[in-house]
Amino acid sequence: MKEVELNTTTINFGPQHPAAHGVLRLVVELEGEVVQRAEPHIGLLHRGTEKLIEYKTYLQAVPYFDRLDYVSPMCQEHAFALATENLLGITVPERAKYIRVIFAEITRILNHLLNIPAYAADIGAVTPFLWCFEEREKLLEFHEAVSGARFHAAYFRPGGVHQDMPEGMEEKLFDHFKTLPKFIDDLESLLTNNRILRQRSVDIGIISKSEAIEWGCSGPVLRSAGVAWDLRRSQPYDAYDQVDFEVPVGKKGDCFDRYLVRIEEMRQSISIINQCLNKIKPGPISIEDNKITPPKRNQMKKSMEALIHHFKLFTEGYRVPAGQVYSAVEAPKGEFGVYLVSDGSSKPYRCKIRAPGFAHLQTLDHLSKGHLMADIAAILGSLDIVFGEIDR
Amino acid sequence: MIKFLTKIDGINNVLENNNLLEIEFEKNNIIKIFNELRDNTELNFNQLLDITAVDYPSREFRFDLIYILQSLTKNKKIILKTFIKENENIESITNIHKSADWYERECYDLFGIEFINHPDLRRIMTDYNFEGYPLRKDFPLTGHTEVRYDDLEKKVIYEPVKLTQEFRNFDSESPWEGMENKLFGDEKSTGEN
Repeated sequence: MKEVELNTTTINFGPQHPAAHGVLRLVVELEGEVVQRAEPHIGLLHRGTEKLIEYKTYLQAVPYFDRLDYVSPMCQEHAFALATENLLGITVPERAKYIRVIFAEITRILNHLLNIPAYAADIGAVTPFLWCFEEREKLLEFHEAVSGARFHAAYFRPGGVHQDMPEGMEEKLFDHFKTLPKFIDDLESLLTNNRILRQRSVDIGIISKSEAIEWGCSGPVLRSAGVAWDLRRSQPYDAYDQVDFEVPVGKKGDCFDRYLVRIEEMRQSISIINQCLNKIKPGPISIEDNKITPPKRNQMKKSMEALIHHFKLFTEGYRVPAGQVYSAVEAPKGEFGVYLVSDGSSKPYRCKIRAPGFAHLQTLDHLSKGHLMADIAAILGSLDIVFGEIDR
Repeated sequence: MIKFLTKIDGINNVLENNNLLEIEFEKNNIIKIFNELRDNTELNFNQLLDITAVDYPSREFRFDLIYILQSLTKNKKIILKTFIKENENIESITNIHKSADWYERECYDLFGIEFINHPDLRRIMTDYNFEGYPLRKDFPLTGHTEVRYDDLEKKVIYEPVKLTQEFRNFDSESPWEGMENKLFGDEKSTGEN
């Protein structure tokens, strides 16, 4: 019998590695420089969010969602708010719906403005990083203006949003989104036809249509494979059925397609925000039921009932009817879902968080097989991995 | 769609609840059911979104095992539920849905539910050499061990959890229930009158 000598090297990539996008430990088996197997070890950022939420009231659970995928905080609050509202059987007022859509889309741009340059940096371009961070900072000011916080906003709450946009915000947003398309054009002029970027990303990490569906991919990863699937379009929530937008799809499902899909999604987001700004009307920003949303501060100074409501809301919280629900939103990274089980008390009995990155990272072994070691960084970057949401 | 679902063997309860189908099924038929759900052109649930469990320690069938499927062609989501006893196991569906691999590992890690014929059933979220199943209701929120860097041993060591302040879980739901009909200062007056 002929003896075959296996000449593979096993390399430990991460958990501290700039291209690992956080704390990913990858055990890579190489033959020469060709990847035979890549095995992600996750969980280094596991904080037990789901367990913690079981011990908090529904309102106290909201900030945990900001801390999952810390690059796109508001979209995740959105999923939780929708799930809770679904169990409570309430619908939020029109203005709250538009505000939510506007800020969900700002969050989407924020996310892509981090992912695209981070991806570019992984494969050798530093300038976009500096450019995009400046632009991100401007957008984060809008986050700060409405919620008081740049990242951990806790702005979308069950029943509506926390507070109304400050005066003059609509015009400021409108003005800002007049200039942003120019920035995206500039960013594209740096990247899209760049020889290095193309060499490093075209035909790298190809995922086919059927594979993308089988592996549970969603968002830009699924769309880049050519599946025109967007929850904002197919299962519209809040005001997404009021706006008109296009769903960009890729052809090949390689890293370059994923990059292009994200660029186009930013343009579509700007269009959605502009449409919302034209349609938004003054009105209440949360349901006017003090059993669920707290009364206004000036009411509390005068009304005993308002004071009692406030006290009960922030100690006991509101009770949610028993039942189960699964609500999903199209977060920038893909389908972000919340499976919520209530036992009729004021704390969730079980809150399972479906993170898109978890499914995407699972495909890494499949995507990187046969590629070079250096391509792993490119594939990781194009999958848009953030460990806050994967490890939970 | 409901018509086609009720025809499948082992499916008990079909409920439609705002665009979301909820189903209970028998765990012995899992492979057949999931194959049927994926391959039947009228159903075509081709994407597995999530697998998770809910723990009810007081019940005989302790866990609700939840599968969430999506049909991209029919634009429908479905929640499948089955009941499992504490030391029971269930057939893995990794041969039907590839994405089940990590979801089942996560379920095994956090709840201790075993999946038969899973290619690589290891812990995924928790630390290497972790003990216990954290999402079970009888697992304490604070956990059992904590880590710190030991200056003498020059390495990170594990120790039992020491809390400087007792873990406080207020029951704010019923401040008046459980209160005895007794006023502050009553204890001073007993025996005198």
